[in-house]
Amino acid sequence: MICPKLIRHSFVLLLAAASVSAPIYAQVSFDRLLHAGDTPQDWLTYSGGFLSQRYSALSQITPDNVKNLEQKWIFQARSLEKFEATALVVDGVMYTVQAPNDIVAMDAATGRIFWIYSYSPAPQARLCCGRVNRGLAILGDTLFMGTIDAHIVAVDARNGHLLWNTKVADPLAGYAITHAPLVVKNKVIVGTAGGEYGIRGFLAAYNVQTGKEEWRFNNIPGPGEAGHETWAGDSWKHGGGSVWMTGSYDPELNLTYWGIGNPGPDWNADLRLGTNLYSDCAVALDADTGKLKWYFQFTPHDDFDFDSVQVPVLADLDWKGARRRVLLWANRNGFFYVLDRATGEFLQGKPFVKVTWATGLDEKGRPMRAVNMVPTADGKLIYPGNQGGTNWYSPSYSPHTGLFYIPTWDNYYSVYVKENVEFAEGRLFTGPLPKSPVPLIRPPQIVSRSEEDGYGAIRAIDPKTGDRKWEYKMTDVTDSGILTTATDLLFAGGREGYFMAMDARTGALLWKAEVGGQVSSGPMSYSVGGKQYIAIAAGNSLFVYGLRQ
Amino acid sequence: MLDAGRLCLRWSPRFCLLALLAGALCAQEGYSPADVQIGKQLYGDNCSNCHGPNGDFVSGVDLGHGQFRRASTDNELVAIMVQGIQGTPMPPANLSDQQAHQIVAYLRSLASTTTAATKADLAHGKSLFESQGCFNCHRVRDHGSRVGPDLTNIGARRKAAEIELSILDPNAEVLPENRYVRAVTRDGVTFTGRILNEDTYSLQLIDSKEKLVSLQKADLKQFEFLKSSPMPSYREKLKGDDLSDVVGYLASLKGL
Repeated sequence: MICPKLIRHSFVLLLAAASVSAPIYAQVSFDRLLHAGDTPQDWLTYSGGFLSQRYSALSQITPDNVKNLEQKWIFQARSLEKFEATALVVDGVMYTVQAPNDIVAMDAATGRIFWIYSYSPAPQARLCCGRVNRGLAILGDTLFMGTIDAHIVAVDARNGHLLWNTKVADPLAGYAITHAPLVVKNKVIVGTAGGEYGIRGFLAAYNVQTGKEEWRFNNIPGPGEAGHETWAGDSWKHGGGSVWMTGSYDPELNLTYWGIGNPGPDWNADLRLGTNLYSDCAVALDADTGKLKWYFQFTPHDDFDFDSVQVPVLADLDWKGARRRVLLWANRNGFFYVLDRATGEFLQGKPFVKVTWATGLDEKGRPMRAVNMVPTADGKLIYPGNQGGTNWYSPSYSPHTGLFYIPTWDNYYSVYVKENVEFAEGRLFTGPLPKSPVPLIRPPQIVSRSEEDGYGAIRAIDPKTGDRKWEYKMTDVTDSGILTTATDLLFAGGREGYFMAMDARTGALLWKAEVGGQVSSGPMSYSVGGKQYIAIAAGNSLFVYGLRQ
Repeated sequence: MLDAGRLCLRWSPRFCLLALLAGALCAQEGYSPADVQIGKQLYGDNCSNCHGPNGDFVSGVDLGHGQFRRASTDNELVAIMVQGIQGTPMPPANLSDQQAHQIVAYLRSLASTTTAATKADLAHGKSLFESQGCFNCHRVRDHGSRVGPDLTNIGARRKAAEIELSILDPNAEVLPENRYVRAVTRDGVTFTGRILNEDTYSLQLIDSKEKLVSLQKADLKQFEFLKSSPMPSYREKLKGDDLSDVVGYLASLKGL
């Protein structure tokens, strides 16, 4: 029964509040992004903060009580695509992406939906590896999403309404955006995927208010640009150099770090003689101008599709007696690197999985190529295989343990075949797909491989030495990212459909749950109402866990 | 006035009688707001499946602008509805003559408002929209409050006549997504806002401070939908050209 007096009172309240405040205040200021670690109840960027450590300072869930974790809620996406997004959480509201490009706002404590923004990508969008999306960025009251048809959209975080929509590149030519954007100051930065379609990749920054392009960095330099000479003939025009994982940012250096993908065509490097800059590079760009400060190329003249798109992890380490700002990078090529992030100087590197394409790294960090370890017409068996020793799966660095954690594929090889390939816009520009006992993306539901044909592991590495401290082996390989917490817990999943918690210092298994599907995302943590939650996407769903009350 | 005499030459005595009785109702310029409202409902129930909500789903047929291919008078329209059109997919509708006239009333109102809206001074309408305090509750693109419905693309979602009706009589129709709720928690905290989602155990709303709020019903001691719209009627504040200009401005908002 409605009480008229109550209604009148409500109207007065509503109208008074609206007329007095009509609040337009920043929900997530840039300062709040800068100090994301100070508000661990939120998860404000793809990797949890600008350092991209995927580390949570929350401490309610501990090694002692983690066995009491229970499922709190599940969000089943209306999508058959892999659920690769890492959600953002802001003040108890979770924002995530239902593939390919629906933004969903939910109550982070219950999973109940506030609103859904549905973007309809152009049907011509083409992607090598699924119509997926890995997440969002936020600034103020605005969410930013890249789309699989190579647009970037800004959406009101309060009501899910579109604010602007900017075309970044042509989807018909194979361009797409699958990673979560990165906001730096008043710019939102994205890069273009499409390395298997002969694109010419780039990174670009857009004004957060207007969507207008502010700067662009060509990952494949054109005539007159430094590095152009590293491409023979016109091969630069279809050189690839995609971006499909989110970069990082050092506010003191004002540098933003990004990993650049493979050169094209993937498996016939004869068609692009030279070192092929800036493919397979880490690049450090001035965040205001996009100007290149330094680069480091992990795999010059790549024959294997060793994208260097891994999330750049920033850490400050005691390095030979002095504090040093470093970049930690476990590369798809099988080597773990430590770089000085102010200069790009190579500090050290070691293989973290079985590697046969190179015999090691020289004093500059350049690979020493093994003789005859290249794709051939008959096929060549080379370690690591096409998907690499690791890939896009988020690593984690715990400042508490001082260890770097890598999702790895070991004993993993492919037979690489070289064939001629001709470029045609919008068509695959790769060469024949390397063969391996391990499926590339979607695993079978029955696994009958031996360990000699490849297995997965979570490996903890001391970044000061590059030495392995412990490993947790899995029968199948893993596409899961890793989360560490202030209580020295590590969370990760794998292709087998388990989600686990382990001791970050020893690798001891402390808890596991069945999520019933392949984990192809990174875990994250947040809290609402004083309760800590752990979230992981698996299969087509998002699973959220908390302590039993 | 209804041209009932001419109709009687062609139509059944029963229809003629009804038509004569309904003379005032059927006057082309004399429909009442209640007729328009009933006609809108009838149109939705009987016509919109094929003709669409805006009357423009059938190729070559536009029911929303007062120009019809096979009819020029209200009575001809009524005849088409009641008898159908042989040789076409248009069937005879199960409508009384009075109901058919009420649908005509609705279509005529659409046309007149649409015509006025297309001639509106949009700049003046926008200025009035701003000066009347509409942004206190409504949002257009990145300006205004999110407490009320976002109007950025209202012109693409609602017809000019519907917009006008919402301005003059906000309670005439409140869409499900624009309902307001008031909830009081067991510890006495009151939430008022526009509902976004609801299930058996919880509800989600955007409150008067534009905050997304999720509540468990078990935690509430009181929860109710507000029967009336929080929006006041502008019947006394906006008239004539001013009203047409505001309606025209809103009808021009088609999104980004």
